[in-house]
Amino acid sequence: MKNEAIKIFQKKKKAVLENWMKFQLADEGLREDLMSNEDLRSQSEELLDAFIDNLSDENIDDPANSAFEAIVDILSGISISRAKQGFSPRETGIFVFSLKDALLNVLQQEIKDPQELYVQSLKIIKIIDSFGISTFETFIKGREEVILRQTDEISEISTPVIRVWDGILALPIIGTLDSARTQIVMENLLQEIVESGSSIAILDISGVPAVDSLVAQHLIKTVSATRLMGAECIISGIRPEIAQTVVHLGIDLSQVVTKASLASALKTAFGLLQLQVVKKQKQQQITE
Amino acid sequence: MEKIPILRMGNLLLVTIQVDLYDRLAETLESDLVQMIKKTGARGVLIDISAVSIIDSFMGRIIGNIATMSKILDAETVVVGMQPAVAITLVELGLPLNGVLTALNVEKGMELLKKKIAEEEPEEEEDHGDTE
Amino acid sequence: MVTLNRESMSIMREIDVIPFRNRLKEYAVKIGMSLVNQTKIITAASELARNMLKYANGGKVTIEVVSKGRENGIRMVFKDEGPGIPDIDKAMKDGFSTGKSLGLGLPGTKRLVSEFAITSEVGKGTTVIVTKWKNG
Repeated sequence: MKNEAIKIFQKKKKAVLENWMKFQLADEGLREDLMSNEDLRSQSEELLDAFIDNLSDENIDDPANSAFEAIVDILSGISISRAKQGFSPRETGIFVFSLKDALLNVLQQEIKDPQELYVQSLKIIKIIDSFGISTFETFIKGREEVILRQTDEISEISTPVIRVWDGILALPIIGTLDSARTQIVMENLLQEIVESGSSIAILDISGVPAVDSLVAQHLIKTVSATRLMGAECIISGIRPEIAQTVVHLGIDLSQVVTKASLASALKTAFGLLQLQVVKKQKQQQITE
Repeated sequence: MEKIPILRMGNLLLVTIQVDLYDRLAETLESDLVQMIKKTGARGVLIDISAVSIIDSFMGRIIGNIATMSKILDAETVVVGMQPAVAITLVELGLPLNGVLTALNVEKGMELLKKKIAEEEPEEEEDHGDTE
Repeated sequence: MVTLNRESMSIMREIDVIPFRNRLKEYAVKIGMSLVNQTKIITAASELARNMLKYANGGKVTIEVVSKGRENGIRMVFKDEGPGIPDIDKAMKDGFSTGKSLGLGLPGTKRLVSEFAITSEVGKGTTVIVTKWKNG
C-alpha cells in the first residue's frame, strides 16, 4: 500500500505548486529585482517535481535517505546561485520553508483523521527541515567561495613586484603585513629576483599603516630570505611615526638597511651597483 | 662511498652540489673542503646549491661551519643559487646563516669572491663589511 | 579530519631518510601543495627523522594524506622507543639542545608546519605528530 501523503501529493501536485507560489509571492521580502516571477516558478516547479517523484514508502521516514540526494543537489545549486546573486539567507530560507507550508496545507485539506494528519505532517516536516539545513550549508559555502576568491584577488593585486632598473626590484606594500601576506610577498619577491637576476630589492612600506613587533619580524624575515638568495634588501618609506614606534618597542632593525623614501633607497641602490645618474649636457662634452 | 667533487680553479675552489644532501655526505664535504683549502692554499670557496631542494638545520650548520672554518684558513666562502623555497624555509626555521656570503648565481658569486680577495690583498687595514 | 591514504616506513639508518623524503614529496605533489610548502614539510620531516635517529636509534614514521573540510594536507606521526624527553617545554625553546646542534630542531620544525603535537614519556619513547595543510 502506498503512503497516504505520497498519493495525495502526486494527485495534488498542481495545488501544492500553486500554494507554494502563493506563499512565496506573499512574502514582503520577495526579490523581484533579483529574480523574475517566471524564473522563480520554474525553479520551484523543478524542485517540487524532483521531490514528489523521489518520495517513496521507504524514504518518507528517513530524511537522510540516498534517494533525496538528487533533490539536495538541485537545492544546493539553487542555494549557491542565490548566494552569488546576493540573496539573503532569510530569503533563501523562506524559499525552502514555504514549501513545507504548502505541503502541509494540502495534507490538511485531504486528510480528515487528525491522528493520521499528525503522523504524515511530522514526516514531511522532518524531511523539509533536513533540506533546510543542507540549503544553509551550501548557501554559506557559496558565500565562502566568494570571500576566498576575493581574498586571492586582493593578495594577488596587492603585491606587485616592479623592475625599476636593470638589477633593481621594488615592492610597494600597501595594507597590513600579516604572516600569510608575508609569505606571498616573500615568494613573489624571491621568484622575481631569480627570474630577473636582480641583486637589489627595495621594500617600500609607505602604505603600511603601522609597524608593530610582529610586522617588524615579518620584514626582517623577508630581508633575511632575500640575503640568503644573494641579493640585498633595502626597506624604504619609513615615516617618522614608524621610526618612533620601532624604537619605543625596542625592535632591532640594525641588521636592515632602511631609508626614508623610495628615492633615497633608489639612490643607495645605484651606489651599490656603481651607477650614477648625471644630468644631460647641451654640449657634447661632460664637465664634472 | 658517495662524494661531492671539489674543483680547483686558480686560487678558488668550486663545489657544485648536484644531489640532495644527507648528513654523512655533508660532513664528508666539510672535512674534504677544509683539507683542500689547506693543501691548495685557496683564497676562495664557491658552493653552488642551485640543485639542492632541501636544507635543514644540520646541513645549514655545515654550510655555516664551512664558511667559518675557511675564514680561519684565510679563504672566503660564497654560497650561490639558493632556491627561493629553501631560503624561505631556512628563515622560518630560524637559520638565516648570518655571516655567510651569498650570491644569486655562479657568475655573481665569482665576482664577489674576486672582489673580496682583491680587497684583502693590497692592505689589510681597510675593512669593508658592507655586504655582510 | 578524514584519512585518505596511509603508509608506514621505518627509519633505522641515516640512508633511510632519503627514500622517506622522496615518498613524502610524491604525496605533497599529489595533493597539489605549493613548492614552498613542500619544502617546508620535507625540511620539517628531515629534522624529526634526524631527531629519531640521533636520540632513539631510529623509529617508525607514518605518512597520511588527510582532509578537513575543503582543505587537504599531510599528517606525519613519528614514533620512537627511545629515552624520551624529560622536559618538553624546555626542548621546545629556541636554542636549547642536549646534543651539539643549534637547538633549532623542535621549535624550528613547529614553525614550518600547521599543527604540531608532541608527547613523551621518559624511558618509553616520544611521539611527534605534525600536519601541514596544502595552503597553510
